Amino acid sequence: MLVGALSLVGALGLIIFELIYNCRLSLAKFGWRFFITNSWDPVAGEFGAWAFVYGTLLSSLIALVIAVPLGIAVAVFINELCPRSLRKPLSFAIELLAAIPSVIFGLWAIFVLAPVLRSYLEPFLANYFGWTGLFSGPAYGIGVLAAGMILAIMVVPIICSISREVMLTVPQQQREGVLALGATQWEMIRIGVLRNARAGILGAIILGLGRALGETMAVTMVIGNSPDVVKSLFSPGYTMASVIANELNEAMTSLHRSALIEIGLALFIVTLAVNAFARLLVSAAKRRMPARAHA
Amino acid sequence: MGVNIDVCDLRAWFGSAEVLHGVSMHVRSNAVTAIIGPSGCGKSTFIRCLNRMHETVPTARVRGSVNIGGFNAYNGTPAVDVRRRVGMVFQKPNPFPTMSIYDNVAAGLKLNGFRSRRDLDEVVERSLRMAALWDEVKEVLKNKSGASLSGGQQQRLCIARALAVQPEVLLMDEPASALDPISTAKIEDLIYQLKERFTVVIVTHNMQQAARVADSTAFFLMGDLIEYDKTEKIFTAPADKRTEDYITGRFG
Amino acid sequence: MRKGCGSGVSLYRHFMNYAAMSLAAFSAVVVLAPLFAILIYLVIKGAGAINWAFLTQIPKPVGETGGGMANAIWGSGEILAIASLIGVPLGIAGGIHLAEYGRHCFADAIRFMADVLNGIPSIVIGMAIYGLVVVTQRHFSALAGGIALGVMMIPTVLRATEEMLLMVPQSVREAALGLGISQWRTAIFVTLRTATSGVITGIMLAFARVAGETAPLLFTAFGNQFWNFKINQPTAALPLQIYTYAISPYDEWHRQAWAGAMVLIVLIIGTMSAVRFVAGRGMSKGVA
Repeated sequence: MLVGALSLVGALGLIIFELIYNCRLSLAKFGWRFFITNSWDPVAGEFGAWAFVYGTLLSSLIALVIAVPLGIAVAVFINELCPRSLRKPLSFAIELLAAIPSVIFGLWAIFVLAPVLRSYLEPFLANYFGWTGLFSGPAYGIGVLAAGMILAIMVVPIICSISREVMLTVPQQQREGVLALGATQWEMIRIGVLRNARAGILGAIILGLGRALGETMAVTMVIGNSPDVVKSLFSPGYTMASVIANELNEAMTSLHRSALIEIGLALFIVTLAVNAFARLLVSAAKRRMPARAHA
Repeated sequence: MGVNIDVCDLRAWFGSAEVLHGVSMHVRSNAVTAIIGPSGCGKSTFIRCLNRMHETVPTARVRGSVNIGGFNAYNGTPAVDVRRRVGMVFQKPNPFPTMSIYDNVAAGLKLNGFRSRRDLDEVVERSLRMAALWDEVKEVLKNKSGASLSGGQQQRLCIARALAVQPEVLLMDEPASALDPISTAKIEDLIYQLKERFTVVIVTHNMQQAARVADSTAFFLMGDLIEYDKTEKIFTAPADKRTEDYITGRFG
Repeated sequence: MRKGCGSGVSLYRHFMNYAAMSLAAFSAVVVLAPLFAILIYLVIKGAGAINWAFLTQIPKPVGETGGGMANAIWGSGEILAIASLIGVPLGIAGGIHLAEYGRHCFADAIRFMADVLNGIPSIVIGMAIYGLVVVTQRHFSALAGGIALGVMMIPTVLRATEEMLLMVPQSVREAALGLGISQWRTAIFVTLRTATSGVITGIMLAFARVAGETAPLLFTAFGNQFWNFKINQPTAALPLQIYTYAISPYDEWHRQAWAGAMVLIVLIIGTMSAVRFVAGRGMSKGVA
């Protein structure tokens, strides 16, 4: 039995060792500035990963901006507002959404989402919001915006289901306390549920972020795979996960491979930190630690 | 000022189970009315019908009429309005843990549109004084969270919170049952003072408590109102045998 | 004197109430729309392209129509079988250990590491297995793919097993121990037996999750246009094939990508519904 448990430790250890060991070439040559330099030229042997870091952060940010309000709103809807008979079907639907493989999301995004963006949404955004500088340039459909949107769809189920779990631990007396003061239903939800659950909801959001950061296939299929750092959301971009997916098999030199592995190591560390922090928040919230914090 | 409550043929159900069978009574203003009875007799359900909290449970139903100071609590009146005018204090103190003491008391006011800082300060102080909590917390109003107080203080905070919106009636569902004897005594003193300004209806399983604080007492048994009279009379010369049996401890 | 506190709920509050509720309902619609859109597109575009040829033939050379994904379906089966052989026993063993023997301080560390392993992006796991297995062996293989997916299965199976075992009441164990059965036999033949349906649920969930994974296979199984029955060679897999076809410029391959996607989603939804079914039945006869 111990073997089973230890196998886990072993696997994890091997993975970490493997990653660290194999990026030493690139680490030695470029140091930590690797992540803030924007130069990726495999032929010349110059590697700087800023474009990918930027792309990862930007697409994840777009995803969160869309997914957080939607995820929380749906969680509120399922838990507090919808008719009882709808609850099971709706939960199952959200589970289904979570189970769809990334590559199928990508497939759909290439052939359905991107054309819709190209023909309808992006011209619309350019017309009315072009002044912000975020929506300029040719509307390919494929690009950072598309990647952000498909990421959002993939992240909503996580935010929704964990928010629901946390909201369910809020005691009924809190809800009744607010109602008894003469609050409307929305006010009761706002003050009696959301406010009490906010630490856990924050944890849910951060878990969603963790998922978005590491997501590979769907993003690779619609982000355009071009290492540009441009302000406009219409432009193609590149994420850390995508460059690994596209280039690892074709990397000719060990330096190139090492650079890619270094990116992978960074991804690993960041998602590790993000997930650990989020899980801490969520489990603390579920144990209903009284919020001593605040004035 | 408190108001009268007229309950006429009130029936209540949970699903298909009828838990109140046609209760009628007249609750006097500016007085404390106690509801006593064994577990499951419907006393909590009864007062939850008075502020329309009963219907928040799925499958719950209510029939009959409740008239509070002249306005009909059910027919046509939004539940939210009723709950603003009829305050409630629950069995287990439930202050809002993410809010300070000040914000807890002010919660109901803010909901109703009270914004001015000066008005809020004034009402918060007045309510905390009425709840006999002001002296204990006046230094730490905004620094301490509602949940950091002791049990008895939390309950008085909940009372202050309920009083802040200036209800006409105050309902209390076994307010001291989760508290120690000293806190209980403080709450009972409080109730005695509150009746000057409000109509108080208190549910209690503690007969001595009813005898101490209430002007009138109603005895419920299995969903029926068995007897309702001045407290003194109920406890010394009950008219119904079942009342007598309960009071002398033969059951419940 | 009634200062301030109005006798009714203001129009503004009523409006906010309805606005908030409508927004919540609207959000539910917005979130479910892509789900239905995806499923509908899969059915429309996929069902049209699925035929007997698709399920039994291997890909034709570029430019020719016809052919299918038979080798990818078979390859996925191979890889998933290897993954299960690795992930399930190790996961169950680990879960048993944590539930039955896990009172020491390492137990929490192990649980934490399971969560960590769970959270690693699948592409990073693929990368690591690439370095550990593919580079060492000097070729891609179904075995490497199976190892990568197996490693991903371990945390899910482990946590599910542990949870299910912890739900078995102590009285069951004591009855067995009282009969003189050793602890490890009790764990496997008595406690685990009682929690079977729950553990199976966990396994199926882990399976459904890795069945759709593509990223780890990019550098391990690599894919293959032809039949391959040896586990030591590059092998086709369904998600990989879908990916390759989807990003290609050929319409015929796009069609087949949809078909492959439909096969994949049917497999996954089938597994998930089976999970719900097994879990439901297990409730009535399983854990007391």
